Amino acid sequence: MLPAFEYRSPLSVEEALELLAKYREDVKVLAGGHSLIPAMKQGEVCPKVLLDLRRMAGLSAIDPFEDGGLRIGALVTHRDLEISELARGRSPLLAEVASQVGDAQVRNFGTLVGSVCQADPASDYPAALLALEAQVVVASPRGERSVPVEGFIQGAFETALEPDELVLAIDVPRSWARTAAYVRVRHVASGFALAGVAAQILVEDGRIASARIGVTGVAERAFRLAVIEEQLLGREPLPGAFAEMIRGVALGREILSDGAASAEYRSHLADVCTARALRKAISRIGV
Amino acid sequence: MKYPVAVSVNGRAYRREVEARTLLVDFLRDHLGLFGTHVGCETSQCGACLVTLDGLTLKACTRLAVQADGAQVTTLEGLLVDGNLHPVQSALLKECALTCGFCASGVVLAAKECLERKPVAGEDEVRRSLEGVFCRCTGYQPIVDAVRSLAAAPVRDLRDGATAEL
Ligand SMILES: Cc1cc2nc3c(=O)[nH]c(=O)nc-3n(C[C@H](O)[C@H](O)[C@H](O)COP(=O)(O)OP(=O)(O)OC[C@H]3O[C@@H](n4cnc5c(N)ncnc54)[C@H](O)[C@@H]3O)c2cc1C
Ligand code: FES
Ligand code: FES
Repeated sequence: MLPAFEYRSPLSVEEALELLAKYREDVKVLAGGHSLIPAMKQGEVCPKVLLDLRRMAGLSAIDPFEDGGLRIGALVTHRDLEISELARGRSPLLAEVASQVGDAQVRNFGTLVGSVCQADPASDYPAALLALEAQVVVASPRGERSVPVEGFIQGAFETALEPDELVLAIDVPRSWARTAAYVRVRHVASGFALAGVAAQILVEDGRIASARIGVTGVAERAFRLAVIEEQLLGREPLPGAFAEMIRGVALGREILSDGAASAEYRSHLADVCTARALRKAISRIGV
Repeated sequence: MKYPVAVSVNGRAYRREVEARTLLVDFLRDHLGLFGTHVGCETSQCGACLVTLDGLTLKACTRLAVQADGAQVTTLEGLLVDGNLHPVQSALLKECALTCGFCASGVVLAAKECLERKPVAGEDEVRRSLEGVFCRCTGYQPIVDAVRSLAAAPVRDLRDGATAEL
């Protein structure tokens, strides 16, 4: 049985922020619970108070911005993203990732925001969120701030969130058509990513005009492939054309190594997933 | 400290007081005496604890009972109508897809959700929807075959009174 704790389910952001300010390190926010409850069972976290978001109004919505972007509320689940017409239309890359997370039950209850706050190095979303240059919307008694996902996730299970802060949403800027893809290799038991790569490319006049590539699962935190993004500019988007530049994309970083995959193998998978993600994205040009 | 939980399980309303740390699966078994929901791994992996909460399958070991306050829950018991098996259960029986039956809670509810979402689910979709449930004895092929045998059945035949929330 879990150690005892107090349970609170506030109705408003104001009420939630008051509780966070009052209990600080002793409180944990509960969204879908699909990372937190397993972690509590393992004794990895032992909150004195759980602050359940489920009764709070306005956090379950996927809202469109006029410029084509999206605001994804803190209670939006993987399943919501997978099936939402709005999300699929405006950010097919994110919907594609959501459809691959965990299993049907995890997707029914786990949330995008919870996944980002958990900052598991093997989680799937960060690759896409980096490629999409998404922002985390954070509220605290000091007001609201927006933090790029790249800076929000600081390391394995570490974020830039202060104890009295609450994430309200993730903002995804307008994405460039459908020329994007997420490809990963799963851990055979846990299903998390051993390596996962999200690629988004913009093609203008038959040439690559812009590229964003994010890699997850390989290092303590997800990273962008800035050098390759640069090298792709001006090139013709031919499937399989970039094999020569995709060699050791993760080199120079501290690569994770464990029983499931050595650093050498993960590094290899990063290359494989990068090549496949680019090929898949290119295959979607004009679709 | 105890918290009030009002929940509808298989169409019947229950009110209980529970500690916040009580898991939904323990609430169903130990507080309500509904033992059709099993406890396997207790670590969100195996699916033996599957229930349907407000129309979505859930691993009940991964939710607190207090989080189910106000919800409609369906357990394996809730699928019996007038003592008759649910079509998914009949199909599993016909294909000899269950040996010890420990995984039935998960397999039946996951398969039911799959067919409700996609009445003509293909093999890949059936396998994908069963990813969260482990069967330790039968092997998955007979289970997949059983679900596939229903894939063409009209949706309404897969529904029942107990799952009106769907
Ligand atoms: C069996 C299983 C398989 C899985 N497979 C995968 C997989 O393949 N790929 C993958 O990426 N993930 C996987 N996951 C993780 C899953 O995606 C989780 O749902 C997700 O990581 C957490 O979302 P949640 O809503 O459940 O968050 P919770 O568990 O409720 O919270 C997670 C953490 O974030 C904090 N938090 C949550 N919301 C907020 C907020 N609004 N503000 C501040 N802090 C907040 C919590 O305090 C906690 O520390 C799996 C999980 C399970 C159980
Ligand atoms: S007991 Fe809940 S998933 Fe195994
Ligand atoms: S029949 Fe025994 S676990 Fe599935």
